Amino acid sequence: MKKTLSSRRFVLMGIFIAVGVIYIIRLLFLQVFDDSYAQLANRNALRFVTQYPARGLIYDRKGELLVYNELVYDLMVIPRQVKDLDTNLLCKLVGIDKEQFLSRMQKAYKYSSYAPSSFEKQISKEDFGPIQEKLYLFHGFFAQSRTLRYYPHSVACHVLGYVGEVNENNIKKNPYYKKGDYIGMSGMEKYYEDILRGKKGSKITLVDVHNREKGSFQNGEYDTAAVAGENLYCSIDLELQKYAESLMQNKRGSIVAIEPKTGEILCFVSAPFYDPNLLVGRVRGNNYMDLLNNIAKPLFNRALMAEYPPGSIFKVAQAMIALDMGVISPNTSFACDKSLVGCHQHPSASNVKEAIKMSCNPYFYRVYQRIIQQENPITKKIDSKYGLAYWDEEMKKMGFGTRLGIDLPDVKKGFIPDTGYYNRYYKGGGWNFYTIYSNSIGQGEVGVIPLQMANLAAIVANRGWYIIPHLVKYFGDENKKKRNTKYSNKHLTLIPKEYWDIAVEGMYEVVHQAGGTARKAKIDDIAVCGKTGTAQNYGNDHSVFICFAPKDDPQIALSVYVENAQGGGGSWAAPIASLVVEKYINKEVKRKDFEKMYMEVNPCQPLPLKRYIPKSKKK
Amino acid sequence: MEKREKTIWENLDWTTVLLYLLLVFIGWISIYSAVYDENHSEIFDTTTRYGKQMIWIGVSLLIATMVILIDPKFFSQTSYIWYGFFLLMLIAVLAVGTQTKGAKSWFMIGSFAIQPSEFAKLATALALSKVLSGFEVDMKELKTKFYAILVIAIPMILVLLQNDTGSALVFFTFIFVLFRQGLSSSILIFGGAIILLFILALLINKYVLVGIIFVIMLLGYLFLRRKLSFWVTLLAFILSSIFVLSVDYFFNNALESHQKDRIEVLLGQKKDPQGVSYNVNQSKIAIGSGGFLGKGFLKGTQTKYNFVPEQDTDFIFCTIGEEWGFLGSSLVIAIFVILMVRLIKLAERQRSAFSQIYGYCVASIIFVHFTINIGMTMGLLPVIGIPLPFISYGGSSLIAFTILLFIFLRQDVSRLELV
Repeated sequence: MKKTLSSRRFVLMGIFIAVGVIYIIRLLFLQVFDDSYAQLANRNALRFVTQYPARGLIYDRKGELLVYNELVYDLMVIPRQVKDLDTNLLCKLVGIDKEQFLSRMQKAYKYSSYAPSSFEKQISKEDFGPIQEKLYLFHGFFAQSRTLRYYPHSVACHVLGYVGEVNENNIKKNPYYKKGDYIGMSGMEKYYEDILRGKKGSKITLVDVHNREKGSFQNGEYDTAAVAGENLYCSIDLELQKYAESLMQNKRGSIVAIEPKTGEILCFVSAPFYDPNLLVGRVRGNNYMDLLNNIAKPLFNRALMAEYPPGSIFKVAQAMIALDMGVISPNTSFACDKSLVGCHQHPSASNVKEAIKMSCNPYFYRVYQRIIQQENPITKKIDSKYGLAYWDEEMKKMGFGTRLGIDLPDVKKGFIPDTGYYNRYYKGGGWNFYTIYSNSIGQGEVGVIPLQMANLAAIVANRGWYIIPHLVKYFGDENKKKRNTKYSNKHLTLIPKEYWDIAVEGMYEVVHQAGGTARKAKIDDIAVCGKTGTAQNYGNDHSVFICFAPKDDPQIALSVYVENAQGGGGSWAAPIASLVVEKYINKEVKRKDFEKMYMEVNPCQPLPLKRYIPKSKKK
Repeated sequence: MEKREKTIWENLDWTTVLLYLLLVFIGWISIYSAVYDENHSEIFDTTTRYGKQMIWIGVSLLIATMVILIDPKFFSQTSYIWYGFFLLMLIAVLAVGTQTKGAKSWFMIGSFAIQPSEFAKLATALALSKVLSGFEVDMKELKTKFYAILVIAIPMILVLLQNDTGSALVFFTFIFVLFRQGLSSSILIFGGAIILLFILALLINKYVLVGIIFVIMLLGYLFLRRKLSFWVTLLAFILSSIFVLSVDYFFNNALESHQKDRIEVLLGQKKDPQGVSYNVNQSKIAIGSGGFLGKGFLKGTQTKYNFVPEQDTDFIFCTIGEEWGFLGSSLVIAIFVILMVRLIKLAERQRSAFSQIYGYCVASIIFVHFTINIGMTMGLLPVIGIPLPFISYGGSSLIAFTILLFIFLRQDVSRLELV
């Protein structure tokens, strides 16, 4: 009996050993075969903090700072970790009420209970101080520093653009962006986003169960540093830009000035404009809606996106094409026959130069007729096709009807009708010169953007070639700038220089000779060459002027557009352009009264309360 | 005198002492790591938990030495006195004790807290050994069974009244002792079957389970070599079916909600990582993330950053699992198994019945703590808050286990003396 009982020790030993073995097997599965627990432990204790790089700065052509960054803080929350929260204190510090608190928490929960989402954005350094002091009390909350854009001179909103938070589309398109990141939304900020934004880094910190930071993970071995964005050195001349904006402050329209030799944009105004600081930080939302709903559309970049009829400035291009085609000679004369097309009172032009000077409509009616039909009565129907195709091609060589590749987003092409277009429009090809003659004087189907007009001025100034207008000259650091090599190609029109010289002379006379249409653009010591335009439109005509100066060594070429101004190109656009030229070349404007008048008077017809009905292509 | 003392130290089972010291050392290291704070890393800072544990270890070693030096007969002779004393303490703690974590099981004396239930196990072990070692005691007799169960049940009920269910469950371990002393093995099987049925009844459809029981019993009745009585089989079937069908009632009415939660979490019927399953979940993450070699001393993020609650007491095994990995934690398990097997071996070489029974008591108490505690941290058993012997932080637990073990080692020293 005793013996059997004594053997029971083996049963007990067996049980003890069995439990030990079961536990070791369990350990084997927990620790060795399953590595998901390691990830879970990391998710507990590791916090991935994004290191935001400083966005690149933007300087003007003389090194003046146009855009810089200012430090602000985002208060982030990880809903899962929020515990024992003193809601009252938090609300008081952040300056919200309990309902806002609850709705923000709900929103954060909806996004993710594990991942951080921003609770309060863009708290200024001053406001953040008291919050930081108490931050350790708020489990699950932490701060993330960010930078905001500031514009010390409040100018060039359409060039610089603005930065905003990424939307779903941005995230979908590029996985680099995470919710809450900033991205350039317009202007250079958008076009040069990749260069300006730099590269985000990430820092892994250890946190304890109360979400207190406990130092870096593995001595920062897995941290990546943020790489700051590169600076942009742009061609804008801050002084000139400010001046141009002051001229346009109460008007609608645009000024685009180019340095003809380089294609560098010197100033770029689309009016009405706004202070770019309005679209920064917490005030952004409301201001954006105000600007969006403003009837004058300040957000709309007229210089790139408004397709205007070019009006008479187009005549310069017409004349060059006709000369190059050989359908007219420099001395061809046409009578000012108002039965063909209306004109103002002036003697008939006896040559191309005079026609440009006087901007004679019937003259260019004839010129365009020759281009399209080559004046051959038998074959004119067939010839129209070839004539138009040739014309279309030449126009595109001058940058019309094609997208000029400026380094800004959302550039319109303008419109130069081609045979395909008319064949579609007049089904079966029932079109000829008489249906399209409005193009001759820059009306009709043609549409150009102010940038293309300024480019035409640059082409004339260069006597036949242009470099695509652009903004950025250099990238990178002050010390090691990299030249922007994208814009070094000369685009040739292949029209001989001697014809362009005629255009230059004509444009000189426009400003300097009796009978010229832009006598108001004359500056005493600068030889300005210009061409007026009066673009017919709904409401008052637009006042248009292109010019360049000085005549023999052009340093600036520009286009000025004043919407719905009373009077033609010579009355508003030309004097404004001359002020810009004087400011740029002489650094100082001597004609003070003249300047005062054009700065103060607003010639633009008030906009009707209802928006314009979109223009149709056919007049 | 000198000579006698010399033989005491010579006859002491140093293997067991070594295992004991090893566990105490591992315990201290783990407590140090669990409460480690870079700003206060002095080892002897008595304001910290590891500093205090250091004092408890010193006290324990002192008491262990004293126990070894006391005459072995002292314990068997005074066992009823100790038993009575600690029963009174258990009653007293019900009256004037301090409530912590829902259990009223502590005496606060100054800044020290004493938990009488830790010592009640020891006293019960002494009393039970005394009862069963009486002359001509036979486990088969009803009277013996009655006394034995009485000795176990009184402290168990008192502990249960303190609302310390975990410590009360520990008293079930004496069934192993009774088994060794001749309790019918069917009781052990019966007990095992009840636990199994309870779990199965919660996991699978009860009627399916009744069907399975029927099939097993039928097969057993028809094909077992030793023929079972038809009526006994039928009775067993009916009883187990009733049991299975009443499990739900018991589960919903007899258990408290946190106990139900813990069982449901264990059986995977409830998932609430932030609530009731937080402890177990974080504990498993801690152990699981240790991998094969562990994250290294003081490198465990789960324990160092307090993701695991009770990480220096009931969940101390997490720290070991996280920092020392599979290698370290299976070593700890191995040490426990070796210790327990060693204790059985020592018990079997006793000549005195008291010493032998007491030896089994010691092994069984360590076993039940070991099983429940480690099983709980690995998510194999429901959360039952009892300490891991020699390792968990706590003076009462360490001192009680030390006395428990060293009384037996003292008996073992004198095993060759006349009883």
